[in-house]
Amino acid sequence: MSASAERSPTAAVAAARPGRRPLAAGLVLGAAALAALAAALAFGSVDLPPGEWLSALAGGGEATAREIVWSLRAPRAFAAFAVGALLALAGALLQVLLRNPLADPYILGVSGGAAVGALGAMLAGLSGLAVHGAAFAGACAAAAALFAFALRLTGWNIHRVLLAGVGIAAGAGAAVSLILTLAPAGQVHGMLFWLMGDLSGAEQPLAGWVALAAALACALALAPGLDALVLGPLKARSLGVAVTRTQAIAFLVATGATVAAVMLAGSVGFVGLVVPHLLRLAGFSAHRALLPLAALAGGTLVVVADTLARTAAAPLEFPVGALTALVGVPMLLLLLARSR
Amino acid sequence: MTLAARDVTLTVPGRTLVAGLDLALAPGQCCAILGRNGAGKSSLLLALAGLGRPAAGEILLDGAPLARHPRRRLAQRLGILLQHDVEDFWGSVLEYVLLGRLPHGAGPLGADPEGVVQAYGAIGAVDLETHALQSYRTLSGGERQRARIAQLLVQSPDYLLLDEPLSHLDLQHQLALMQLLAGLARSGRAVAMALHEPFWAARFCDAALLMYDSGAVRHGAANDVLTQENLEALYRCRLEAVAGAGAPLYFPGTH
Repeated sequence: MSASAERSPTAAVAAARPGRRPLAAGLVLGAAALAALAAALAFGSVDLPPGEWLSALAGGGEATAREIVWSLRAPRAFAAFAVGALLALAGALLQVLLRNPLADPYILGVSGGAAVGALGAMLAGLSGLAVHGAAFAGACAAAAALFAFALRLTGWNIHRVLLAGVGIAAGAGAAVSLILTLAPAGQVHGMLFWLMGDLSGAEQPLAGWVALAAALACALALAPGLDALVLGPLKARSLGVAVTRTQAIAFLVATGATVAAVMLAGSVGFVGLVVPHLLRLAGFSAHRALLPLAALAGGTLVVVADTLARTAAAPLEFPVGALTALVGVPMLLLLLARSR
Repeated sequence: MTLAARDVTLTVPGRTLVAGLDLALAPGQCCAILGRNGAGKSSLLLALAGLGRPAAGEILLDGAPLARHPRRRLAQRLGILLQHDVEDFWGSVLEYVLLGRLPHGAGPLGADPEGVVQAYGAIGAVDLETHALQSYRTLSGGERQRARIAQLLVQSPDYLLLDEPLSHLDLQHQLALMQLLAGLARSGRAVAMALHEPFWAARFCDAALLMYDSGAVRHGAANDVLTQENLEALYRCRLEAVAGAGAPLYFPGTH
């Protein structure tokens, strides 16, 4: 042990190779995402062979196939991917922000607010766009309440934000229970689907993808600061990180991503909580790798789960939220068993 | 080039730790900060690192208040080993140490080959080579402490502020770390560290700051300050002198 321990630099660099393993993982996950999207286009009430859905996607082929691919399956598959990616991203951000491995996108009460809005609108007999609008209004109200509360209290304190979020979520949960008991039996089924996460109404994935691109870009810009925040706010500051600004921006990004996901599919559970952990267990903890990989894996997971939800017991459809866990839990347990 | 406290008052809720403290830390200096629990050692180090605002007075780096220095530039010049760190780190020891490079920036996509070379140097300097690619979570308490020190070495600040750097370390690694820190001071860095072992201070530090519970301080050359009388008053216990290689060393007495 000496002050200037010499080592062969090339050996050291060769041993570490930062950035290479994440790249390989990105390629693998990217291929998996494409395969999942292809399967989502191919399978359903009518199974399309590769030649047919490919030519339909390119704008050729039969009119029916074109209609199925372009109007039904593609929007839904891309919406599913955006939802999964947004939730995984939000979960990864919140887990580091709150320094709590159990944090998930719904911990802040944003989805609770959206649920109160959506179910309230359904109870009032509204449907379609009005339910969407009400969900958005509810999510924004919850987010606004959270940030107002967080900023009012003696500066910025991350643990108070967490408590405030849990409070808002609990309040929203109570309101949801109330609405469910008040609702006529015929409406409850639709409400339950909304609560468990359901992609059957997702016809406009574009907004979700715009949100995803923006959220990922912002999150990646914060990545080095997030790495340091893992060491605690004090240490991060001593390493030159603007801690409050980083936390505030990451919070906004996570909230925005959650709202965008909830708008597309209601509260799809499990993805935001577990996908980041899957990747950490697989050895990706630096945020510049973790965040994009989580987006890819989360998106893929929800696309697979939704395809299963549509096809497993057709013509019956499951809510996708019930299946994300069925697909993801075995993966998580396997990785947990294999990791030290 | 100095890091100086000017007329600094440090408080915790309900209590003034120290008032009107003047202190200067210059390159080449290795200063021990000694005092009983709660005397204000950590608060002083945090204030010097710009992480805690003194109740009164200023901390000056090269004559300018810390707040006037850009955050990142400050992180290149001042580094601190905190008394406690978060233990929950998912990556490898190498990744942990590499976080110290943050103030120096990294290439696109985080590629930082030069940082990796430096990190291996630091990991070697704290005797963790065989653990470099191991998960940080698998390290023992003392090994984690050495990884934290390696992170500080990679940050490579001009001023190293260390809060109980020897905690969790075995005797061999305590000695090696004191040698390493004294060597850094000799090569032109400035080192200030809160210690609980006056004998390490006497052997390796050239200056000492005693912080008494009363809020009084005594600051000067280590040889002048680290006397039996001063230390007995500081720690409020009897000490026994043991002949050392140079100055006598003091240990708690039994009667």
